[in-house]
Amino acid sequence: MDSIAAQDQNKSALNFSRPSEGLLFLHLSGNWKLDRALPSAEEFQKESDKGPPVTQVAFDAEHLGEWDSGLLTFIIKITNLCAQKNITINNDGLPQGARRLLKLAFTVPERKGADTKTVRPSIIFRTGDVTLNFWHSILETLNFLGETSCAFMKMFTGKAQFRASDLLSAIEECGVKALPIVSLISILVGLILAFVGSIQLRMFGAQIYIADLVGIAMARAMGAIMAGIIMAGRTGASYAARIGTMQVNEEIDALRTAGISPMEFLVLPRILALALMMPLLALYADLMGILGGMLVGVAGFDISLREYYNETKTALTLTNIGIGVFSAFIFGILIALSGCLRGMQCGRSASAVGDATTSAVVTGIVSIIVATAIITVLCNTLGI
Amino acid sequence: MQKPPESPHTTPHIIVKDLTMAYGTNVIQRDLSFTVNKGDVFIIMGGSGCGKSTLMRHLTGLQRPAKGKVFYDSTTSFWDMTEDEQARFMRRFGILYQSGALWSSMTLAENIALVIEQYTDLNAAQIREIASLKLALVGLAGFEDYYPSEISGGMKKRAGLARAMALDPEILFFDEPSAGLDPISARLLDDLILELRDSLGATIVVVTHELASIFAIANNSVFLDAESKTMIATGDPRRLLAECGNRTVHAFLTRGEPSAAGIDAPHSDPCFFA
Repeated sequence: MDSIAAQDQNKSALNFSRPSEGLLFLHLSGNWKLDRALPSAEEFQKESDKGPPVTQVAFDAEHLGEWDSGLLTFIIKITNLCAQKNITINNDGLPQGARRLLKLAFTVPERKGADTKTVRPSIIFRTGDVTLNFWHSILETLNFLGETSCAFMKMFTGKAQFRASDLLSAIEECGVKALPIVSLISILVGLILAFVGSIQLRMFGAQIYIADLVGIAMARAMGAIMAGIIMAGRTGASYAARIGTMQVNEEIDALRTAGISPMEFLVLPRILALALMMPLLALYADLMGILGGMLVGVAGFDISLREYYNETKTALTLTNIGIGVFSAFIFGILIALSGCLRGMQCGRSASAVGDATTSAVVTGIVSIIVATAIITVLCNTLGI
Repeated sequence: MQKPPESPHTTPHIIVKDLTMAYGTNVIQRDLSFTVNKGDVFIIMGGSGCGKSTLMRHLTGLQRPAKGKVFYDSTTSFWDMTEDEQARFMRRFGILYQSGALWSSMTLAENIALVIEQYTDLNAAQIREIASLKLALVGLAGFEDYYPSEISGGMKKRAGLARAMALDPEILFFDEPSAGLDPISARLLDDLILELRDSLGATIVVVTHELASIFAIANNSVFLDAESKTMIATGDPRRLLAECGNRTVHAFLTRGEPSAAGIDAPHSDPCFFA
């Protein structure tokens, strides 16, 4: 075949010849590497379909340059096609290395059943599966809540085991270290509330009520909610990731077999820390929010500092602040619970830790909003 | 029942009866029955993914069997005990996990101290002394105040072993002790295991597929098969190598080399030599 020799040495090419009845020769030439376009097995299929029936296939690799897995996958495709059509295949013409790799690839037969995963189960099956999983997750959550309650009972009777240093470092982590981000967000929320409110209030010349608006909104709800959302993203996620990683490293198993309850040792100090710190953070967020409102009031609407201060003082009642602090306490427990729950449920892989973290944040934020709604409705009904 | 050659005792320490292990409906292994005697170095072996580590989770009381019972020189099955009794039995276990599983937020000394604090009324100074001793025993003297993230993989394993030995356990479990170690460290760990058996009189259960270790330390074993999902051989690995004609077991113990030990016709019948 002169044409083959004449071809560019580097470009992979596939040519066919039929030296005898039923025998199809595949001439491979050039470099067969994955990083360039390779001839496809369909060319072979077309070639073998036309003309007299093919009973045997052989290779000529005399002009073959460099090759890698690109050549092997091509040969494997040809081999599979030939197996379907009952064509015998003769590998002798291929480079020795390729022959050995092919032998290796075909020695272990494809595992039976390994392929069946691609079959999609029916809709009824999937519905049932999802329902059962949902039911299991409810049971797991209830189980977790029960265990947490038991751990707290033990704590109140002084029998729970956790290290004071763990509690303190958890408190530092979700208290002091959270202050900068809480300051920033709260001041900005205060600013936004003041600006949005002022547009309406200015129409009545009632700018001074910006102070009331910002003060009450921050104290009663926004302070706690903003602190809660920040802590869900910051601390809830960190709890889930931390406990999840311990799950992956078998550290939780090691605790259990050492006779130490992970609920008491890991979960209890974390819930305690957040439940204690969240009310303080909420108070701090209230203060920062009021400061933000004051910035807008004083700088943008000619309200004097003293006026703003007095107006805020008359508007704010202990009830408002109390509701905010109470909500924050509840949020703290909810965030810590969802973080620890997802961490403890975590599977044993890196992606499971990622899922646990995401799910902890989502659960945390959703439960905060739901709890706010419940508290608001309750306060309304009770007339607080 | 033939006596394993090295075992000085034949008092049963762990008895497993008709154990079936499953995750949900996915059965890992079924109908496992074997006995680990006091002072044995017992190997759990088998190909990858056959459930060796899962079996260990069952033996250490971390996972409830789907079916069957596990006894530790007791007449009551572990899972029929009250939680307090279970805790009392678990106190007698020392476990070295595959990754070491050191508690990452604590120093090595604190890791060991926590286990000791759990079961004794010693004061902090005494506990610290014991922790130092245990670290010295595994060649980590002076590393008391290092965190697990600051030491190498082999050292983590040894520190894990020091923690497993903290309470002078009666049964030591090792999950792939030599995985990820260089040959010399692996050999030293093997020596340490035998030393522990002789000095503490502990029963030792090892999950491994390191052939060199298996022949060096074991006097009893169980072979789990992933395909038939049950055990296909028990007994001294050296005897299994010489006499067991089961195809899978023989291929495993000879690394797939052609029959060197005089087994002419490999078959698929199980061989139980213990």
